[in-house]
Amino acid sequence: MSKKKLLIVILVLLAGGLSYLKVQANNEPARQKITIVGSTALQPLAQQVALEFQKEYKGAQVNVQGGGSGTGLSQIQEKTVDIGNSDIFAENKEGIDAKKLTDHKVAVVGLAPVLNKDIGLKNLTSKQLADIFTGKITNWKEIGGPDLKITVINRAQGSGSRQTFEEAVLNGKKAVNAQEQDSNGTVRKIVANTPGAISYLAFGYINDELQAANIDSVAPTAKNVATNKWKIWSYEHMYTNGKLNKVTKAYLDYILSDEVQNGTLRDAGYVSTKQMKVYKDKDGNVHAKKS
Amino acid sequence: MKQKYEELLGRSITGISITIICILVFSILYFVGAKGISMFVSGDGSIVDFLTGTQWDPGDGLVGALPMLVTSLMVTLTSALIASPLALILAIYVSEVSESKLAQFIQPLIEVLVGIPSVVYGLLGLEVFVPMVRNAFGGTGFSILTGVMVLTLMILPTVTSLMIDGLKAVPKHYRTASLALGATQLQTINRIVLKAARPALLTAIIFGMTRAFGEALAVQMVIGNVLVMPGSLLSQGSTLTSTLTMGIGNTILGTLPNNALWSLALVLLIMALFFNILIRLVGRGGDN
Amino acid sequence: MDAKKINQIVLTAIKVVTVLVVALLIVIIAYIIGRGLPHMSLHFLFTESEAFLAGGGISTQLFDSFYILVLTLIIAAPLSLFAAIYLAFYAPQNKLTAFLRMVIEVLSSLPSIVVGLFTYLIFVVNFNFGFSLLAGAISLTIFNLPILTRNFEESLDDIDEAQMQGGLALGLSKWKTITSIILPAALPGLITGIILGAGRIFGEAAALIFTAGQSTSQVDFTNWNPFSSDSFLNIMRPAETLAVHIWKLNSEGLVQDATEVSAASATVLVLIVIIFNLGARALGANLRNKMMGDR
Repeated sequence: MSKKKLLIVILVLLAGGLSYLKVQANNEPARQKITIVGSTALQPLAQQVALEFQKEYKGAQVNVQGGGSGTGLSQIQEKTVDIGNSDIFAENKEGIDAKKLTDHKVAVVGLAPVLNKDIGLKNLTSKQLADIFTGKITNWKEIGGPDLKITVINRAQGSGSRQTFEEAVLNGKKAVNAQEQDSNGTVRKIVANTPGAISYLAFGYINDELQAANIDSVAPTAKNVATNKWKIWSYEHMYTNGKLNKVTKAYLDYILSDEVQNGTLRDAGYVSTKQMKVYKDKDGNVHAKKS
Repeated sequence: MKQKYEELLGRSITGISITIICILVFSILYFVGAKGISMFVSGDGSIVDFLTGTQWDPGDGLVGALPMLVTSLMVTLTSALIASPLALILAIYVSEVSESKLAQFIQPLIEVLVGIPSVVYGLLGLEVFVPMVRNAFGGTGFSILTGVMVLTLMILPTVTSLMIDGLKAVPKHYRTASLALGATQLQTINRIVLKAARPALLTAIIFGMTRAFGEALAVQMVIGNVLVMPGSLLSQGSTLTSTLTMGIGNTILGTLPNNALWSLALVLLIMALFFNILIRLVGRGGDN
Repeated sequence: MDAKKINQIVLTAIKVVTVLVVALLIVIIAYIIGRGLPHMSLHFLFTESEAFLAGGGISTQLFDSFYILVLTLIIAAPLSLFAAIYLAFYAPQNKLTAFLRMVIEVLSSLPSIVVGLFTYLIFVVNFNFGFSLLAGAISLTIFNLPILTRNFEESLDDIDEAQMQGGLALGLSKWKTITSIILPAALPGLITGIILGAGRIFGEAAALIFTAGQSTSQVDFTNWNPFSSDSFLNIMRPAETLAVHIWKLNSEGLVQDATEVSAASATVLVLIVIIFNLGARALGANLRNKMMGDR
């Protein structure tokens, strides 16, 4: 029987120890934890900012998760997280009651068409671009390139990047049925390696492995986005629901501060919202910013 | 008295465990089933469109899942078709032909390969098979064929390992008897061993197909994810699992696009059950 | 041609094909391991990962992979051991038992993505666990139960029937006989079963993406209090395992050295799986020898 007694003693000690730890954890100087979920495109930035934020704001803990814009909006609507990240306006997502949510536009992301380097083209007209993505033009020689079949790589249905691109480029026409990839990294790899490939990427992902194309001789730069000369851009939204707790508010303030907007944000290839001379509403109409 | 108490304890602990497992299985069946049919129940999408339609754009109310179904079946069957003979040859070698160092080495090698995570196979596909297919056939290199290559590699170890077990389970005296009657080794393998092990071999193949059908990430990384009816092995496609993995994060719980994805999950579930029944039928065939 | 010749030819063909396939498989393993080796270092294993900059490591991912494995085994091992005991010793030979076996088989054929989505729907969303190690461990438990149960039942069946009879003859209860005679005897088999299952748990990604989450949280490796929210032991924090990390790097990686990091992570993953396998064999053999020695 002594074995059984020993077991009971151990269990009691274990339970005692655990409850002591639990009490102690509750007495810790309240570590305020917030959770951010959503857009995979925004995740690296949010995470980097969270790292810097935690150094400044002692006692705060920020968990950043991906999962996609849909997940972010669902979960902030259910209030299971503190911030829901999205590439698209909540109003444009079916099943979300946008009125309940508060929109914080933390950054502007520009998208640019990217071409495989061997094609050699550096400029496309907006009509050519639309024709390529609707499948009217299927060979690069039709627009002055080499005799090479065009391989269109589109983004996942329902993703923010695709919505932004199609809104700015296709004018409501339906895109040709093409290969779909969910993420910037994969798209970059494919376009860099596939002869005749074209797709579009967020500015931050463009590197010298591929050719970013000008549209109507306008270059994809932050400056052109700010004045809307470059039309393919959208906001990165952080949505909150109801009253903000202290840490959430501090985090949002931090990401909107000049320090981040002119530092980390720009390094990651985003355009600061403060730079913007115009704003876009949920239907894609652009207005001059009232200052 | 003490014995009775101990007996009761044992019975309840083990009984509770098995009950928990059953509850888990039935709740999976129930929840995935309920979510999976909600689209049809609410009338947003008809089951006929779902099974016969070829347009998939749930945002616009188009819910034709046929292309994915066909692609999934195509990759599964093709990879099983390539992997099974190879696996059989390996298994025969290990179990019947040789007791060399090589034969002893194969089993641990196979076990390691079974354990390699599927994302690693996907990575291999992305960096080796995609360029290979691109150089050989042109295009992007992303294709059903590339998916088949990755899956073949992935299920080969599993199928081989099960087949080795199946062959080794055939009693020794079957072989000695046949050899004593003057049959060659090949005749013995062909007429006696393979026949006796047939249910086990078929089970191994179906098991491999189950794995191939349900694999998500490795395939999604290389197949191209184009939602059209596959024209040939070289066209790009999208399987049930790859569509599911890509779409679930972009949809809102409870809306049509999300429910449509759950319907895909239900199809996966039903196919898994189907394969399961198949294995049981094949296994039973051996008893008679 | 006579039968002997055909025999010779086909057997040679089998040998040739075998050698070729094995060579191919070895090349593949060597390729995966070799590709990541140049980037491997202690620094890489013990440094935290970076979001943008090159030079990050995989320390947290590595720890989380092991931690989620331990959590899974804590839930899954007893559950499947007891289930296996039930099937091996208590279950009557009837339709219900056959049905139970079928249910477990069904569980084993479910695609991991379906299990992952189920766990997401029920535990992450409805029970409000959030993306967490616990939710991840639950989904891993669900699809490893059948394999563990089957492995355990086989090890139990391997034990000589006489041991059971002996225990009962001594006047011990069935349960006592199982726990004090059968289980120790079956231990080598049980442990091998656990370790082989562990390899599978270690490499799973699809079931974890929507349950354990896709990014690491900031954790404090000096905080040993599991209830504290930034402790590395906290089971309610989100976690990214090594397998998920590889998938993530290849899809959304902004890190400058994403290719190298994912190659090296794959190497680590494969090496660990190999170690698990060799370990399972060695440990199983060792324990078996020891027990033989005792007798």
